[in-house]
Amino acid sequence: MRYYTDEHEWIEVEGDIATVGITDYAQGQLGDIVFVELPEVGAMIEQGKDAAVVESVKAASDVYAPITGEVTETNSALEEDPSLVNNAPEDGGWFFKMTIAAPAELDKLMDEDGYKAFVEGL
Amino acid sequence: MNAPNKSGWKPEMQAAESGFLGGPVTSTGNRGLMLKEPLLFEIGRADVTGVDLPEVDASAPTRLGGLARSEAIGLVGLTEPETVRHYTRLSRQNYGIDLGFFPLGSCTMKHNPRLNEKMARLPGFADIHPLAPQNAVQGALEVIHQLGEWLCTLTGMPAVAMSPKAGAHGELCGILAIRAAHEARGDAREVVLVPESAHGTNPATAAFAGYRVEDIPATPEGRVDVAALKARLGPDVAGVMITNPNTCGLFEKDFREIADAVHAAGGYVYCDGANFNAIVGKVRPGDLGVDAMHINLHKTFSTPHGGGGPGSGPVVLSEALAPFAPLPFIRQNASDGSFYLVEEENREERGPSFGRMTAFHGQMGMFTRALTYMLSHGADGLKQVAEDAVLNANYILRSMEDILHAPFGASGPCMHEALFGDKDFTNGLSTLDVAKGLIDEGYHPMTVYFPLVVHGAMLVEPTETESKAAIDQFITAFRGVVERALEGDEALKQAPYYSPRRRLDETGAARKPKLAYEG
Repeated sequence: MRYYTDEHEWIEVEGDIATVGITDYAQGQLGDIVFVELPEVGAMIEQGKDAAVVESVKAASDVYAPITGEVTETNSALEEDPSLVNNAPEDGGWFFKMTIAAPAELDKLMDEDGYKAFVEGL
Repeated sequence: MNAPNKSGWKPEMQAAESGFLGGPVTSTGNRGLMLKEPLLFEIGRADVTGVDLPEVDASAPTRLGGLARSEAIGLVGLTEPETVRHYTRLSRQNYGIDLGFFPLGSCTMKHNPRLNEKMARLPGFADIHPLAPQNAVQGALEVIHQLGEWLCTLTGMPAVAMSPKAGAHGELCGILAIRAAHEARGDAREVVLVPESAHGTNPATAAFAGYRVEDIPATPEGRVDVAALKARLGPDVAGVMITNPNTCGLFEKDFREIADAVHAAGGYVYCDGANFNAIVGKVRPGDLGVDAMHINLHKTFSTPHGGGGPGSGPVVLSEALAPFAPLPFIRQNASDGSFYLVEEENREERGPSFGRMTAFHGQMGMFTRALTYMLSHGADGLKQVAEDAVLNANYILRSMEDILHAPFGASGPCMHEALFGDKDFTNGLSTLDVAKGLIDEGYHPMTVYFPLVVHGAMLVEPTETESKAAIDQFITAFRGVVERALEGDEALKQAPYYSPRRRLDETGAARKPKLAYEG
C-alpha cells in the first residue's frame, strides 16, 4: 500500500517496513537534483520532522518523515547518482526505509487518488 | 530544467556556430577588438616566467626532510604582460554595477560614489596596521566611533558592535549575544523561531549557534502569521529572527506587537537588517522593539558589494544585550576626547562580553566608505534614498503586474523590491529562462527562486541609483522577455545567445565539478 503526504513524500508499506521517497511532482518542481543527504541508519525520526535534505540547482529542501520510526536502510545509490531522484523518483530513487512505530499515523496520509487530486489543486 | 547548451565551453565554437554578427568567422576566433580568451594553461609555457628569482643552490641544506617536493608543481609560466592581459580581457567579459543596471533582489546593488573610494584610499585610513599604537591611529578610531554613532541614531538603538564582517556574521553576533544574555540569567533556551518570510541565512545562523529552528508560516498576503507565532512562544523559545522589510518585499507591520509578545515570553527579537535600505531615515528599528539587528554597510551604505570589496555587518544592540557585545569596542575618553579600545585586558570596562567575532576591529575600508556616504548625503539625503528606492520598486511592480504574476501585488505598496512568480508561463518555460533571456538583453538577471514561498520567484530590486529612463528601458526589456515566456517561445529555452558563454550546465557543475585543469 502506498501513501502520500502533503509535503510530497511517498511511503510504501510492506509488512512492518516502509520505504520513503519524494514524488514525481516534487522532483519536477525541484529541477535537477544534485545532492541528497540521507539520515543515519538507526536514527529515530518523528512524523513531520526533518529526515533528509534534497538539493537541486534551484534550492535545498527538507524531506520530512511521513511517519515516526527508526531508519533501517538508506539508498546509497543516491550518493553516487542523485539523478535517480529525477529519473525514477517513485522507484529506484527511494530515500530510506524505516520501521512503523505508530501504524495509526498512516491513516492521516493520502492514498494515490487523494494525492493526485491534491496536486491538481495546487 | 532544460538541457544545457552542449556547445557551452569553448568560445571558438560559439563564434563559428552562431555567426550572429553576419560577418566572416575570423581565424583567431576574436570578434573585432573583443578578444577570445583561452585558459592560462593554454597560453602558458614551461620556459618563461614573469618573475626573476635568484639562483638556488640545490645542495644547500633545508629543514624539509622527507617533505621536500620531488616532482614539478605543474604550473605554467607566463610573462607579466601575458598575465596582465589575460585578466584584463576576462574582466571585459564581466558585468558589474559600473557597467549597467543590476536588479539583484535582496542585494541592494547601488552605485558606489567615487568620493567614497577617494576617502577610503587616504593613506591615514588605507595604510595603517591593526596593531599600530592607538595614539597613532586616532583618526581611524574616530571614524569607527562616529560611524557607530550614526548607526545608533539611524536605528534608535543604544549600542553597536562594529566588528562583524558581513550580514550573516552580524546575525551570528546578535544570536550569540542573545544566548549570552539568557545564560547570564541561568535560563537555558533551545528554540529560535524563524518565519518563512525571513532571509535564508537566519535559520542557518540559529542552527550554527546551537539552537533548534522552528518555522513560522507566512500569511497569504506575505507577512508573518502573528497568531501562529504567538501560539508557539514559551519558556523554551530564546527568540525570533524576523527580516524587515521581509523577503516578499513587504513591511512587517505587526512587528511591534510581535516584539512585545516575544519579550513578554522572556525571549529576544533579532531583526535581519539586510533590507534596511527601504526604511533608513523613515523607521527606527529600536522603536519596533528590536534587540539586535545587523546593518549591511556593503548594501545600505553603498560599499562595493559585488565589486570586489568585502562585506561589513555591524550589529546594533538594545540595552538588554549591549553588555554582551563582542570585543573590541571603542570608547571616548571623557577627559581629553581621545579614543581607545576596550579589549580583554580592560577588565573593569569589558563587562560580560561573549568574546570576539574577529581578531581586530572589522573592515576599516568599509567603515570609511559608509561614513563618507552618510556624511555626503546627510540625514535628509538618506531619507530620500529610502523614498526613491521604494518608489522605483513600486514603479516596476505596477509596470509589470498586468502581464506578470505579482503574488503580493494586492498587499499594498512593496518596499524596495518587487516580487513576481512564473505561474502563467507556458510551454515548460520557467523563471530560469526569463533570467537567461535578460542576459541577452544586456541586464544582470534579478534574484531567482528566492524567496521559496513564491513559485518561480523573481525578486527585482532597482535601488535608488537608477533614473526613470534607465528603469523604463529595463521594463521594456523585461516585458519583452516575459511576453516570450507567456507565449511559450521555444528559442528562450536556449538563451543566452549573445553572452561570452551560452547556457552553462549547472547540473553538471554541481554533480561532477571539475576543480582542476585537466590538460
